[in-house]
Amino acid sequence: MGLGLLLLILLLLAVGGYIVGRGRAVAQVSGDIRKLHSLPPFYGRITSLITLVPALFLIAVWLLAEPLFIETKAFSLIAADDLPEGKSAELVMADVRRVTAGLTALQAIGRDTTPLLSNPADLKAALNDAGIVLETEPTVSTMAAAAALGAAKASSRWILSFAALAVACIGLGYALSRIKPEYRARNATERFAMWLLIACSMVAVLTTAGIVGSLLVESIHFFQLYPATEFFFSSNWNPKFGGGSSLGILPLLWGTLYVSAIALVVAVPIGLMSAIYLAEYASKSTRAWVKPAIEILAGIPTIVYGLFALVTVGPLLRDYFAMPLGFGDSSSSVMTAGLVMGIMVIPFVSSLSDDIINAVPQSLRDGSLGLGATPSETIRQVVIPAALPGIVGAILLAASRAIGETMIVVLGAGAAAQLSLNPFEAMTTVTVKIVSQLTGDTEFASPETLVAFALGLALFTLTLALNIIALIIVRKYREQYE
Amino acid sequence: MTDRASNSRASLFVQDPRTKARNATEKRFRIYGLSAIITALLALVWLLISIFGNGLPAFKQTFITFPVTLEESVLDKAGNRNIAEMSKTTTVGYGKLLAKSLAAEIAARSIDLGELDPKELAKMISEESSATLRDRVLADPSLIGQTLDITVLASGRIDGYFKGRVTLESAAIDKNTSPEQLLLADKLKAAGVMTVQLNSGFVTMPDASDKRPEAAGLGVAIIGSIYMMLVVLFLALPIGVAASVYLEEFAPKNRWTDLIEVNIANLAAVPSIVYGILGLAIFINFAGLPQSAPIVGGLVLTLLTLPRIIIPTRAALKAVPPSIRDAALGVGASRLQTVTHHVLPLAMPGVLTGTIIGLAQALGETAPLLLIGMVAFVRDFPGAPISGLFDPAAALPVQIYNWTQRGDPGFVERASGAIIVLLVFLIAMNAVAIYLRRKFERRW
Repeated sequence: MGLGLLLLILLLLAVGGYIVGRGRAVAQVSGDIRKLHSLPPFYGRITSLITLVPALFLIAVWLLAEPLFIETKAFSLIAADDLPEGKSAELVMADVRRVTAGLTALQAIGRDTTPLLSNPADLKAALNDAGIVLETEPTVSTMAAAAALGAAKASSRWILSFAALAVACIGLGYALSRIKPEYRARNATERFAMWLLIACSMVAVLTTAGIVGSLLVESIHFFQLYPATEFFFSSNWNPKFGGGSSLGILPLLWGTLYVSAIALVVAVPIGLMSAIYLAEYASKSTRAWVKPAIEILAGIPTIVYGLFALVTVGPLLRDYFAMPLGFGDSSSSVMTAGLVMGIMVIPFVSSLSDDIINAVPQSLRDGSLGLGATPSETIRQVVIPAALPGIVGAILLAASRAIGETMIVVLGAGAAAQLSLNPFEAMTTVTVKIVSQLTGDTEFASPETLVAFALGLALFTLTLALNIIALIIVRKYREQYE
Repeated sequence: MTDRASNSRASLFVQDPRTKARNATEKRFRIYGLSAIITALLALVWLLISIFGNGLPAFKQTFITFPVTLEESVLDKAGNRNIAEMSKTTTVGYGKLLAKSLAAEIAARSIDLGELDPKELAKMISEESSATLRDRVLADPSLIGQTLDITVLASGRIDGYFKGRVTLESAAIDKNTSPEQLLLADKLKAAGVMTVQLNSGFVTMPDASDKRPEAAGLGVAIIGSIYMMLVVLFLALPIGVAASVYLEEFAPKNRWTDLIEVNIANLAAVPSIVYGILGLAIFINFAGLPQSAPIVGGLVLTLLTLPRIIIPTRAALKAVPPSIRDAALGVGASRLQTVTHHVLPLAMPGVLTGTIIGLAQALGETAPLLLIGMVAFVRDFPGAPISGLFDPAAALPVQIYNWTQRGDPGFVERASGAIIVLLVFLIAMNAVAIYLRRKFERRW
């Protein structure tokens, strides 16, 4: 049974439950709803909630956990000799999955797949026609596992449909059996709803757990295959698919920090001065349109900046700066990416700084101006020192944004991992390498792929630390003047 | 101050040097501030001019119109209109037919070929055209034998010539075109055979292969992006609102809820690419969902957007004055009824504004989608929802990235054009958000 159909049936059951539950409650008091504990709709609502929610929960859990169970079963069918040297179990399973997908596709167009399963060459050709390319001919046990996997998947879906419907029906029956005039339907509904609200607020926690969990697990896998000291202290990045690669994070980290530093050198003076001007000098009407205009910069997707770096800024810098000054002839460079990223980060600095400068109490300004200081002296010697912690927080947030930025560096900074001081040379960053190691056909057991998770973990830790420090500083600062 | 007072030249009307210097500093400081703002705004203008300058030509395209006789002897040798037999004629056969017809048209109009080798003439027509014509004939075999006036795409280089991307000098060293082709193109344009007109195919057609920038379109990418936005809307809005309501209205103040709050603040600042890694590890590797599917993209973007929806939603809930809650509770509503009947409807403009802005951000998000396989080359349109959500599709920002990675310079124009489409979507969404805020916002 298709998932869409199943959901539709469950929805219909829930709607039916509402009508029946409400009707039953009203019927029990023969229409005199004053005798009911709660208003009639509550009886309907609790019925449909108890019908629908557990079944949906079951479906979600089942779909997430399904591969875990049926794949271990299929995996046990693969003969030990079919695990060749250097070829990991994960790789064989990827083949199995591909064959299964192909078989399902063939069955969908009405082809009998049973004769194919005894002939590897035919199977490979047939799958090729279906658009699924296998590198080698599948072995007999791979085919058996694939067939078992396909069968298990199909039967799993049937069992799921059956189980979900059963849960829904049991829920419906249970809810209806509880309906009596003195049943506190409103309280039950609200308790149920409250649990749903709590569950929704847990999604954020689960997301964090998922991020940390997946990064940690795969990073541990990586460090089992590749020495951690090499990763953290080697200054050589040279991945070779096929083994023997050196995967040092230092050149990537250097590129990341270099690009971010240039971005901040661009963004901090411009952002800070704009914020000061807007907060202290600009008239209300100027502020009303300049502030949103600068914030447009933050709303533009980063891919747009990436293309801007690639097509406009890169060639411009190359033709007018790098080539005449003899710094090299690469259009993608640290400078290109840093400059464009700087433009992107301006609103992050200016908006937050603006808020913070506005939060400095007017009495400080009045005192300084009253003593005869000019407005600029007041700003430099009174307002800015008072706002400094908040401004530092804003800059740290901007730095974390710059470090985690991906598309601008993918398109603007280049892909060469090197430790160099020349800002007009192409360099690469942590995020660029995460993208390049994980796009395309990935094979999940090689250190070359798994290194992306270790890089991700490094990136996550770095930005998290910056964010937490920034949040603490900003929060402390707010308390100071509240 | 005392020695200044004794200075006989001190006057209110003449500035002394120190005051002059201080005032000059003041002026300079203001100029710094003003120039910082002007720099930021100029950067914005430069960015927009660059994108629009590069991208607007993508909405126009060079077409060639000429009569084609669909000869039975070429397309259906057996003459029995059997689709299976007819499909043995490949696109190459159709391409030759098109080239022959174009040559005939040029001869009929007595246009001088110049020094162009007649064989080179075929290269002026996009390779995509023969495939399109083939599909059209196979779908309707009764066309065979008729003479149709058809409009086909000109090749990318010819198109680039009319847009200024290709010049006679660059054509001389380009093996894909020649100055003679371009000279002929000028004559054809003067004769009205070749026209530059609005190209609706850019937003409706699927992507095309590396060598055919002229035929590449955004159709699949737009559908894919819309599907993802639907997933985000249906998941992130209810979950986000529910979570905000719980945290703002019901949660007791304790360590646990404090943890959730810090958590949400941090999630909003996690680099988007990390969400891509999460999606790859959980949804594709662990749960076994298909790669390049809008459902996976939608789920990843939902997780990414949730904190960005929760934060403004909580602010909107907080802005509703407590007197409203007190009044509702006072007349006997339960706490949940207070929220659903009074607080939420009053906070709705703020909630919707936050949601739309969150969706707009999700629409432009590229990096996480790269990791879950949305970069794949997809030419088939996905099916209708819900099962269509599991079909492979592209997404607007990823399509842009994809085009920037291709060799043919025609794709730069396509990528910039795609950005204009993306920006139009974003501007529309933000305009709705601003309208909602202006129209319904209440100050208490």
